[in-house]
Amino acid sequence: MKSLGSIRRDFAPWNDPSAKPYIQFDKVTKKFGDFTAVSNLSLTIFEREFFALLGASGCGKSTLLRMLAGFEEPTAGRILLDGQDLRGIPPYKRPVNMMFQSYALFPHMTVEKNIAFGLKQEGMPAPDIEKRVAEMLRLVKLEQFAKRKPHQLSGGQRQRVALARSVAKRPKVLLLDEPLGALDKKLREETQFELMDLQQELGLTFVVVTHDQEEAMTMADRIGIMDRGEVMQVATPAEIYEAPTSRFVAHFVGNVNMFEGKVAERAANTTRITGATGAQIVVENATDTTKGADIVFAIRPEKIKVSSRKPADAVNALEGEVYDVAYLGDMTVYHIKLDDGQMVRASALNAARVSEDPLTWNDRAWVSFRPDAGVVLTR
Amino acid sequence: MNGTWSRFNITSIVLGFAFLYLPIVLLIVFSFNESKLVTVWGGFSTKWYVSLFHNQGLMDATWVTARVGVISATVATVLGTLAAITLTRYTRFKGRVLFSGMVFAPLVMPEVITGLSLLLLFVAVGLDRGFFTVTLAHITFTMCFVAVVVQSRLVSFDRSLEEAAMDLGAPPVKTFFQITLPVILPAIISGWMLAFTLSLDDLVVASFTSGPGATTLPMKIYSQVRLGVTPEINAACTILIAVVAIGVIIASIANKRREVQRQRDEQAAQRG
Repeated sequence: MKSLGSIRRDFAPWNDPSAKPYIQFDKVTKKFGDFTAVSNLSLTIFEREFFALLGASGCGKSTLLRMLAGFEEPTAGRILLDGQDLRGIPPYKRPVNMMFQSYALFPHMTVEKNIAFGLKQEGMPAPDIEKRVAEMLRLVKLEQFAKRKPHQLSGGQRQRVALARSVAKRPKVLLLDEPLGALDKKLREETQFELMDLQQELGLTFVVVTHDQEEAMTMADRIGIMDRGEVMQVATPAEIYEAPTSRFVAHFVGNVNMFEGKVAERAANTTRITGATGAQIVVENATDTTKGADIVFAIRPEKIKVSSRKPADAVNALEGEVYDVAYLGDMTVYHIKLDDGQMVRASALNAARVSEDPLTWNDRAWVSFRPDAGVVLTR
Repeated sequence: MNGTWSRFNITSIVLGFAFLYLPIVLLIVFSFNESKLVTVWGGFSTKWYVSLFHNQGLMDATWVTARVGVISATVATVLGTLAAITLTRYTRFKGRVLFSGMVFAPLVMPEVITGLSLLLLFVAVGLDRGFFTVTLAHITFTMCFVAVVVQSRLVSFDRSLEEAAMDLGAPPVKTFFQITLPVILPAIISGWMLAFTLSLDDLVVASFTSGPGATTLPMKIYSQVRLGVTPEINAACTILIAVVAIGVIIASIANKRREVQRQRDEQAAQRG
């Protein structure tokens, strides 16, 4: 593996063994009756991190967030925040704030009063509250809407009020439950970057729950992929995409081609795999496998090259027929049916306006990829 | 419907409205009758309204009714709201079905039975019948109406509002008074008005549970009518109708205005 860095190059406390964990889930289990929402889960989040919990609905990600906020207590295990065990501390005494999916703006209060609500509970003196509210309104660019009630605002404005209200108290941690779920696509993209800027500016720790992988990939320093109450993998967006550790994660994020097979031969650096349908594949990064083991070789569509002739220097080249072509403007997606029956999805960036090697339905085609282009999965 | 006024349509509308409102119109008209004979028109006069205000018995009964109404509606609203909250929030306590059944049973209980059973209770515990017992009885049977009204609002109440308040540092009691109560207040006010109206026109339960010195207006009117209808009673009823009508009109205008304002605001917000 060469380099799978984070985008904020100087920020990677998870690689630093001396870094102090900020939020710690320690073997946490949460049951609702017979249903186990979160099962024996351990997770560490660092200070100033933008952490995303990604998963399908019902995977337990929201329960995890609600336990951190104090609306639910773990059935077993501990949650530590900055070294303090949170068990038994009610939500109104926890130094975390939450932005709700429905925004939960108080309908009978103006924007100003909504933002001031938390500060009043703290007993902050009135002039200070006024100053902080003005500052928050400026931060979310809603100065001229201070006197409006929530129903007099558009969806995007409501979202910003909810955000301002939840950061007004300067919490140690901000929890965001599907923060962009109710916005339309264009607004969502803009707001993603606003959220990232805000997190940098305030220097807060953000924990966001989302089912939208693009959202998680764009915003988060690290992503925790959840499935059925368990964390499947915690890693940077690049690692999640390029080096998934399980079939579930590989499938969940982005598109992927999977080749079922067995390890046929192990050499010093390379491993030869025999596919279930006969394809021979040579890979470089399968160090923890043994000969004869059942494995899956996973490779992303854009790592596969499609050509009409067999590339001379290719280590891995498989022959087939073009089954489907989808032209998407910026790129073209090919579905190639290999001669052994396996379907392969490959995408090519349309870097040139005119293609030198155009392929169309039913053409013979070769797919090729480098030995380090995919990953070998054992589970 | 094609929107034309056929002869049949007009006739049925006229008959329908006549059926509903003719008695009331007659009552109002004859309250301005000069003659002492209720059914014979003797010219326009407001003298019965004047004499009404000098009729000590009717005035006392009105005062009793007003006090019973305000006190019983207020207590019933508090109790009914608490019951509604319990029923919507704590859905898993033992005996919930029994409890909700018992809260709502008086809705369909014949008033005669409610009245009689309360009378038996008061006699059994040796409570002297009067102002206190009639108020208590009204609280009992109006409470469930309040519970129904408030519960229907609470069902659509977004619980995350309360969670947000607590998350921002408000303890549960403060959350209730600063967030929950203001949001469900319109339903509570409707509940109060409903309870007050029910108490105002109750005759059956009051007859069973009231005693000397605590005659309510409906009881008074009823007993006087048995001795013969006087134009004074017509005047009293006309005033009652006017009070109720004005209340209803104000409430619906306010409601309509709020709705229009809300729609306008929302459209403005969508435009950005």
